[in-house]
Amino acid sequence: MHLVSESITYIFLFIALYFEVFLLITYFELKEKERKLVASSQYIVSRKVPSISVIVPVWNEETTVLKTVFSILKLNYPKDKLQVFIVDDGSTDKTWNILQRFARNKQVKLLKKENGGKHTALNYALEFVDSELVGCLDADSFVHPEALQRIVAHFEDKEMMAVTPSIILHEPKSFLQLIQKAEYIFGIFLRKVFAYLNSIYITPGPFSIFRRSVFKQIGNYHHAHNTEDMELAMRMQKHGMKIGNASDAFVYTVGPKNLKALYKQRLRWVYGFMKNSIDYRDMFFKPQYGHLGMVILPAAGFSVFSTLYFFGTTILNLINSIIIKIKEVSTVGISFGNFNFDIFYVNTDIIVFISLLAILGTLFIIITSRKLAGEKYKLGVDSFLFMALYMMIAPFWMTKAIYNVIFSQKTKWR
Amino acid sequence: MEVSWKKYAYTFLITAAIFATAILASNYFSQKKMNEIKNIESRIAVDILASETQFSLLSELSCRDISSELLSKELATLGDKLSYTEESRGSDDEEVLNLKKYYSLLQIKDFLLMQKIKERCGGKTLSIMYFYSNLNDNCPDCQKEGFVLTRLREDYPELRVYSFDYNLNLSALQTLLSIYNIKNEQPAILVNEKVYYGFKSIEEIKEILPALKDLDKQATSTKTQ
Repeated sequence: MHLVSESITYIFLFIALYFEVFLLITYFELKEKERKLVASSQYIVSRKVPSISVIVPVWNEETTVLKTVFSILKLNYPKDKLQVFIVDDGSTDKTWNILQRFARNKQVKLLKKENGGKHTALNYALEFVDSELVGCLDADSFVHPEALQRIVAHFEDKEMMAVTPSIILHEPKSFLQLIQKAEYIFGIFLRKVFAYLNSIYITPGPFSIFRRSVFKQIGNYHHAHNTEDMELAMRMQKHGMKIGNASDAFVYTVGPKNLKALYKQRLRWVYGFMKNSIDYRDMFFKPQYGHLGMVILPAAGFSVFSTLYFFGTTILNLINSIIIKIKEVSTVGISFGNFNFDIFYVNTDIIVFISLLAILGTLFIIITSRKLAGEKYKLGVDSFLFMALYMMIAPFWMTKAIYNVIFSQKTKWR
Repeated sequence: MEVSWKKYAYTFLITAAIFATAILASNYFSQKKMNEIKNIESRIAVDILASETQFSLLSELSCRDISSELLSKELATLGDKLSYTEESRGSDDEEVLNLKKYYSLLQIKDFLLMQKIKERCGGKTLSIMYFYSNLNDNCPDCQKEGFVLTRLREDYPELRVYSFDYNLNLSALQTLLSIYNIKNEQPAILVNEKVYYGFKSIEEIKEILPALKDLDKQATSTKTQ
């Protein structure tokens, strides 16, 4: 039994390390390519200004929707080329009344429908859209004034069918928000590397921009287990459509403040990821889907199970040592004396060295991502909270998500 | 979309190299620890040999001079480090087994030396021989007994605890077992040539070895003075 668990641990460690090495190698490749691009100054010369529509689906969002819409209207982009479609998906609060202040704004179009879920709101608005590009912005997010220009530049590439932004957590205050801040920053690195590998499998709700032809060719949004932004990206990948990333196009989003809200959100994400993975299981380990099929999707699936495995073994070891301590105290009582530090007792197992290297790699990724995110310092409190605690809280929603998948329990938005 | 098998192979090689480095590093430190144990063992062997020689040379040596100076103080640390190593490398590791046998021999020699001193100079025995087993679930109480003896050793630095793995394949140990008629039943402790089986708490051991109680009295009397 001991031998089996040890072997599993080493196999898991090897696979996890493989993915980390793969990401780092790719990052260095990407840096090298960027350097050459700058050197030969092949950068975008012509500047067409395509027309764009941004859809804001809202449902009971009276407190945040104004900020979202104003941020779009303040985008540095020609006004005649930018349209905003706000879809009230049957709000029961004052959202619709608040939205009336845009009733006379030529740039804004207000739509109202019966409640049917986010994907129905998006699809409803898509019927009215006739611009070249179309994007979505969730009503809990707002954009950087230059974000659109930076994204549009990537559409100079005729094959580029969608471009994702970099998402930053807005004004993290609570402990949990700090952890999320570091997580989102980590995501900036991943998205950049995934884009280079042509392996983006989520076009995030906050401000991913698509060519409108995408929807004409492969259809509108699906319900997709409440993670329509992942399903659409998977569908695009399946049809060989290119998805890029503008890592300097910043979008700010508000993270759940308390554990319950975070748990619900993440449960929806992980559950959606797993259900969509099952729906698109034929993309796994298929060379025709490139790095996405061969490495990225399998890695994403693996990360759920390995996190649970390492969490499980950590908890078991912890319980074990607590039991031994209890036994000791119950036989001989508590003693505080005689603690001598001896370097001999420093753990030098293989796993310690591999973990140290893995942590170094993670630190490198965090530092690089923070640079991309424009953070002032190389590391912050959030980075350490993330490294120390993320693996301890994520297993809770991961376990529940697996449970829900197995026993077909559906998740809710809120 | 394209797949780069070459890149996957490179990644694999790099990962394997990192793994190999980790294995080498771990082995290096593990070997260093084994060497440390070996060093301690040879230091103790020298100590014991020196004491024995001194003892036979000066048959007229006054008992006051002998005191506890003659006995090695490192046996306890050695025992701790050895059991830690046994836990991390597994008790069937050949190198660990050899070190353990040597350790057991050193303990027996130390015990004999202590006996000789006692014969010559009298005094109370302050030693406990402890026999344990770490075969699967063979001895559920051994862990508890270990806690008791460790605590006693911490509280009474004068107390010498000799611990033996009952199942160790060592002829000197087997002789010791047959001399004192120790049954294959663990935990067992041997105090003043008498064997006690089963778990013994701190209080019970103090009953068995009254010299410990005397030490308690001394301690309280010095405190009150």
